[in-house]
Amino acid sequence: MKKEIIVYAEHQDNKLSSVAAELLGEARRLAGSYGPDVKISAALIGEKVSDLIEELISLGADTVYMADNPSLKYYSNESYSRVITHIIKQQDPDIFLVGATAKGSELAPTVGGQVGTGVAAHCVELKLSSEGWLIQVVPSFGGKVMGEILCPNHRPQMATIKPGVFEKGPKDTNRHGEVINVDTDELFKDFTPRITPLGVHYQPPQGRPLETAEVVVAGGWGIGSKQNWNKIEQLADVLGAAVGCTRPAVDEGWAPGEHVMVGTSGKTIKPKVYLAIGISGATHHICGMKDSGTIISINNDPKAPIFDVSDFKIVGDFEKILDPLLRTLNE
Amino acid sequence: MALNIAVCVKPVPDPNNYDKIQIHPEKKTLMRQGIPTILNPIDKNAVEEALRITERFGGKVSLFTMAPPDAVETLREGLAMGADEAYLLSDRAFAGADTLATSYTLSLGIRKAGYYDLVLLGNESADGATSQVPAQLGEWLQMPHLMNIQCINMKDEKNAEADMRIENGYIRYNIQFPACIAVRREINKPRYTSLKNIIKSKTKKLEVWEAEDLNPDMSRIGLKGSPTQAGRIYIPDISRKSEEITGTPEEIVEKLTNKLISAGVNIRKGAQAV
Repeated sequence: MKKEIIVYAEHQDNKLSSVAAELLGEARRLAGSYGPDVKISAALIGEKVSDLIEELISLGADTVYMADNPSLKYYSNESYSRVITHIIKQQDPDIFLVGATAKGSELAPTVGGQVGTGVAAHCVELKLSSEGWLIQVVPSFGGKVMGEILCPNHRPQMATIKPGVFEKGPKDTNRHGEVINVDTDELFKDFTPRITPLGVHYQPPQGRPLETAEVVVAGGWGIGSKQNWNKIEQLADVLGAAVGCTRPAVDEGWAPGEHVMVGTSGKTIKPKVYLAIGISGATHHICGMKDSGTIISINNDPKAPIFDVSDFKIVGDFEKILDPLLRTLNE
Repeated sequence: MALNIAVCVKPVPDPNNYDKIQIHPEKKTLMRQGIPTILNPIDKNAVEEALRITERFGGKVSLFTMAPPDAVETLREGLAMGADEAYLLSDRAFAGADTLATSYTLSLGIRKAGYYDLVLLGNESADGATSQVPAQLGEWLQMPHLMNIQCINMKDEKNAEADMRIENGYIRYNIQFPACIAVRREINKPRYTSLKNIIKSKTKKLEVWEAEDLNPDMSRIGLKGSPTQAGRIYIPDISRKSEEITGTPEEIVEKLTNKLISAGVNIRKGAQAV
C-alpha cells in the first residue's frame, strides 16, 4: 500500500497560510527519502475553499481532501477536528503535518487525542529513521535542549511545525491532482456543537512584518525606556528593517506587541541580518533567531549570552553608538 | 449559583535558569541540579482566573497535578494564592508519560474528585512547552475545550464567551460548560500571596493519590500509555565567532555600518520613523 503524508491546509479567509506551503515542501522532501511509493495530500476545511485546490496541487499535493460547508466558515477545534479525524480514519496516513499556528497548535493535539496517537510539538527538523519512522526533533527548555521524538507503534505520526522553519517548495502549475470531497452532511448530521464561533476580530499588525523581513533590528530589556525604543524604530526604518523584541520589551509596553516578539513563545525567524540591541540573550529568545544570516549584537554586559551566538559583538552602551549611527546613516 | 473549578498545574524548573541545564556526558540524561522548581508561571494565571470566577459566583477551586511527591510544595503555592484544596497524582507508574498519558491521568483524578463546571490550565509549560495537555484533557473528559484564551467573559453558570488569540487578532467563541479552557498570560495579573494565606495554605486539604486510587487502564498511563517515545537528546552548538568591534564610538559606527552593508543591508538615507 502507498504511504501517505497529509498536510493540514490552513488558510485565513480563504488565503492559504504560508506554513501550509512550507509543510507541502517538506512533505515532498520527506517523500523523496521514503522512496517512490508515497502520496502527498492536503486536508482543506472551510467554506467556499475550492479556489485553493489548484494552489495546493501546484505546491505538491497529489490529493486534496476538501470539507466545504457553511458551518465550517469559522475555525473551531470541535468541528475541524471531526473532519480531520474522519479523514485519518478513512486514509490511515503514515504522517500528518500541521502548522504550529494558534489554530494548528490546538487542532493537532485534539486530533491526536481522538485518534489516540502521538503528536510532537513545534518540530524544527523531520527525518526518517532506518526503520522508516519519522524522527521529530523538538526543542525543550526554551530551545536549550533538543530532543528526538518517535512514534513507533501508532499512526499517523503527527507533528506540528512553526511557520518559517521549513522552506516552501517550488510551485508547479502543471502538476495534476485529484479532489476528494468529504461528505460533511453525513459527518455533521448528529453534531450538536458545544463551541460556537461568534466572529473573528482582526487587529492588523503595524510596521514591517517580521516573518518576511531580510533585516531585523531587535531590542530588549536593556533599551530601558520608550524614548530609547523610538530610536530602535528609527534605526529599523533607516535600515529598511522590521522591528523585533524580547518578552520584557512587550511587558514594558515599549514594543508594539507580542506579534513582534522573537523566541520560543514568539516568532521563529531567519533574516539575512539580525541586529540585537540591549538583549542579553535568554535561551528562549535565542531559539527564535539563532538561524539568522549575520548576527550582530550590542550589549554592555561582556558576559551576555547573546554574544556567544553572534558573528560580531559590540561590548558597550548602545546609547553611545545609536545616536552617531543614526546620524551617519542619515548623512 | 456556584461553580466548581479544577485547575491543573505543573512544577517546572525555573525558566530563568535554563542556560544551566546540561546533559550527562555518559548517561545522556538531563542534569538540572541546582535549578529550583517553581509553579509553572502561566499556571498562576489559571489559578487567578479560577479565583476571580469563584469570588464572583461562589464555588470552590481544586488544584491537580501529576508529578513526583515533592510537588506538594508547588501545590501549596497555589493554595496560598487562595485555592481551596489540592490533589497530587503521584506514582512511579506515571513516569515517562507523554501528553496523552498525562492528560489521561489528570482526567481520572478530576473525575474521582467530583463534578467540575470548568477545568482551567495555563496554555503551556515553561519546560516542555508542547501546549498539548489542555486539548487532550478536554478530549479525555469529553468536554468542549479551547486554548490560547486571552479573555473569559462568564455569561451565566452554563456558558462563557472566550477570546482565542490567533496570529493577527482573536476569535470569539461561546463555550458550554462543563468545559476545559487554557489561558494566556495576559488574561489577568496573578495576585501576590500574603503571609496570612501562606500560613493558611498549610492546613488546607491536600490529598495524594497513587495509581491504584485512580483505577486506571494500565495500558494508558506512564511510558506504556505514551504513543510518543523520547529518543536522543542533545544541546545544539549554536555558537559563532563573536568577533568584537572595538574603537571610539565613531570608529565603531563606521565599522558597524560597513558590516551591515557587506551583510546585505540597503541603507535608506533620510528615512524617518513614523
